[in-house]
Amino acid sequence: MTDAAGVWADAMLAAALVAVDPGLGGVMVRAGPGPVRDAWLTGFRRLLDPDVAWRRLPTGIGDERLLGGLDLAMALGSGYRILQRGLLAEADGGVVIAPMVERLDARTVARLAAALEDGSVLVERDGMSDRLMARFSLVALDEGVGADERPPAALLERLAFCIDLNRVGHRDAQPISATPADIAEARATLARVAAPDGAAAEALCGAALALGIESMRAPRLAMRVACALAALEGREAIDEDDLAAAARLVLAPRATRVPEIEPEQPQDQDEAEARPEAEQDAAEDEGDPRPAAEEDGPAAVDALNDMVLQAARAALPEGLEALWRAGRAVSRASSARTGGAGAKQVSAKRGRRIGVRPGAVGQASALDVVETLKAAAPWQGLRGGVPGEGSLRIRRDDFRVRRFEERSETTLIFVVDASGSAALQRLAETKGAVELLLAEAYVKRTQVALIAFRGLTAELLLPPTRSLTRARRSLAELAGGGATPLAAGLEAGAALAVAERAKGRTPLLVIMTDGRGNIARDGAAFRTRAETDAMNAARRIRAAGFGAAMIDISPRPRGDGLRLAEAMGARFASLPYVEAGRVRDMVRSLDAARAA
Amino acid sequence: MRVVFPFSAIVGQDDMKLALLLAAVDRTLGGVMVFGDRGAGKTTAVRALAALLPPLKVIEGCRFNCEPDQPCEACEGVCRHGRGSGQTPAPVVDMPLGATEDRVVGALDLERALTRGEKAFDPGLLARANRGFLYIDEVNLLEDHLVDLLLDVAQSGENVVEREGLSVRHPARFVLVGSGNPEEGELRPQLLDRFGLSVEVRTPDRLTDRVEVVRRRDAFDRDPEGFAATWKSKDAAVRRRIAAAQLRLADVAAPDAILEQGSRLCMAVGADGLRGELTLLRASRALAALEGRDTVVETDLRRIAPMALRHRLRRGPLDEQASTTRIERAMDELLAA
Repeated sequence: MTDAAGVWADAMLAAALVAVDPGLGGVMVRAGPGPVRDAWLTGFRRLLDPDVAWRRLPTGIGDERLLGGLDLAMALGSGYRILQRGLLAEADGGVVIAPMVERLDARTVARLAAALEDGSVLVERDGMSDRLMARFSLVALDEGVGADERPPAALLERLAFCIDLNRVGHRDAQPISATPADIAEARATLARVAAPDGAAAEALCGAALALGIESMRAPRLAMRVACALAALEGREAIDEDDLAAAARLVLAPRATRVPEIEPEQPQDQDEAEARPEAEQDAAEDEGDPRPAAEEDGPAAVDALNDMVLQAARAALPEGLEALWRAGRAVSRASSARTGGAGAKQVSAKRGRRIGVRPGAVGQASALDVVETLKAAAPWQGLRGGVPGEGSLRIRRDDFRVRRFEERSETTLIFVVDASGSAALQRLAETKGAVELLLAEAYVKRTQVALIAFRGLTAELLLPPTRSLTRARRSLAELAGGGATPLAAGLEAGAALAVAERAKGRTPLLVIMTDGRGNIARDGAAFRTRAETDAMNAARRIRAAGFGAAMIDISPRPRGDGLRLAEAMGARFASLPYVEAGRVRDMVRSLDAARAA
Repeated sequence: MRVVFPFSAIVGQDDMKLALLLAAVDRTLGGVMVFGDRGAGKTTAVRALAALLPPLKVIEGCRFNCEPDQPCEACEGVCRHGRGSGQTPAPVVDMPLGATEDRVVGALDLERALTRGEKAFDPGLLARANRGFLYIDEVNLLEDHLVDLLLDVAQSGENVVEREGLSVRHPARFVLVGSGNPEEGELRPQLLDRFGLSVEVRTPDRLTDRVEVVRRRDAFDRDPEGFAATWKSKDAAVRRRIAAAQLRLADVAAPDAILEQGSRLCMAVGADGLRGELTLLRASRALAALEGRDTVVETDLRRIAPMALRHRLRRGPLDEQASTTRIERAMDELLAA
């Protein structure tokens, strides 16, 4: 089902299912702002009672408003601590809309995920302690454009649905006829839907495994979806169509690999041969009457398993199959990125709070109200204030200002020459150096990214990360050989550096090459043009003012590396034998120079 | 009280379950760090632990869970103790993300200060977790200064508060349990080393196990109370095992040969420091106690070594070879004879 109308129908179906069973978590909606997304949101809202909470999550919301905190007016007025509920608790029983979820910081993501998990928020803040109900559905709007902007995995994991409206046209976005009354009826039915049997669970778990879905939440959510589907149609038992639809809606978007097509199932060869065309039909023709799994023998169970898997397989996102065929396995890591983007913009009032200090409030400092109140409170008796009369007396001495430790994070961007001229055996040494630096970065919690260039292009092997697990994996995948597209490598490094700087981090480029580019920017194999392009790219790095280190790894340096380093304004080292220790020292000095 | 998924109904995950049980038997092991896949049931297991811990004898109404015969000095003015002693379920305290420091360590009781002008201490999560467990999901997302503070208190067993003119110290002996996903970013090695045991959880590989997980979870979601009731006797059996092991623990002997094997194993794998060796030994004793034995045997060491040493190996962070494999290989070489 890849046509726009079908996608839209599934998207609206997802909305209806979440309305019926809020336990499904919610929907990840991949779509830019526009009429189609608005139509979907309106359609969803019309399925709910008008008085149901519908709250939009402001980007950059603080814990105080998200989780809850001291009600200052009450505290000042009456002298009593009253907990003011945060947005998540206010949305109890309703919907939270999170825009630009691909840029949501990891802290907020974790708080949302915890609330989705528990259906409540545990508040331990400002001297108060309470558990507030927060049974909301989340609509996460993923507005990412590039491949490196991905929605946070912790949310994807907990939301049953992931729909992509980018290719749905305005005309396809027709409203559906369901009303809040229909939803209420379906909810009542849902309570009576019988527990799915073992065959159903096996079909969904088997399909999830075949699609390379690790998490146990996916089959659990799929099972709930199957029940909600039955309820939506007024049935009190799930059937195989429900399972197929659940697999299509829940499992297919999470697939990390394409299941192998096995015309002959090893366990029941004759059975499979008897119905080769039925398998293919199952995907498009889900209404195809089939024997219900539960009342038949193992053959029917296998048939059910196949059908569910095929349903999911037919709905696999485009590109996944192609990617797989190209031999580049989509590892678990690639789907597990956090939406750390934009989280760490540095400003005078942001950063790690390291406490409060007495002081005056001004442009550059933020008043810590609670701490100020606490400072003032014990003196009220002496100052003649009457508690409970709203006459708290606060003096200048009581002011407490927040102190922040500004932490501008560093992103080390390795641009590594993996071409044939950089000599294959050297690649191992280079890897060793990168590893050592990674080890340091890991202790210092620096982010690390890896770009390799060879053949015709540069490739971002590792987007900025702190995860060693991922770094290890991508470094192991780095192969060598081919021409030297030096200009492309430098440009990719510079582009990433620009992006990192935009996120408030400080990029440092470490370029490891012999400096002998032979592929121009446009992919042409002219050495002179290649050199000009590389020099131009190097100058742009200097112009942008990025810190850079250039490590010449050619066995007999001929000055190309040095010229390049000068053009870049980079520190230069010639290491005919890449020694991990020396590379590390160089990067250290670079980092120190930046900090100074 | 919310109904939690029963511990004994958790499918597989033997390492994680064992590590938690060991920590319950010997609370001085130094806590448990659980690393692993999303949706593998880390949080479920820790929360389920609450139902397994033998209840504590406490002073009635004490907010620090003080033992009946030894109230701490901080109780003065904070707890309105009756004379009698009572029982309370052993606490398993969730440390929520976004908790402020004042609620973690405790702070000036603002309300009393505002309404009565009194300076009194309002105990925090550390007090509530005394003699129980403190659980932090996603440790890697917790702010560094809070993590440092927690580890420090966990190690010293005492919470010292010096703020807002208050000067309070109270016992805070808890087992720290952390969980995290390595894909979200690594823990600092200094921090990792402070945890006694470290286990890795994965989602089950076998289809039958996965089906069972989904089915039990579905049954629980439909009827939490009913589901918990059907597992109650199994959970109770585990609770009795823990209680018996706690009693037996002091009498479990570790023969010299076992001590030596433990030391040699630590040296062979290059586990830094004494901490690993001590934990290996203690956890092995807890395991023997849990299995109703009075002596530590070689199989105890074998079972414990990966979780006690895995996170203490000197190694390049990019070592392809998993720590567990290294430990297992060393064990095969050393213990084969």
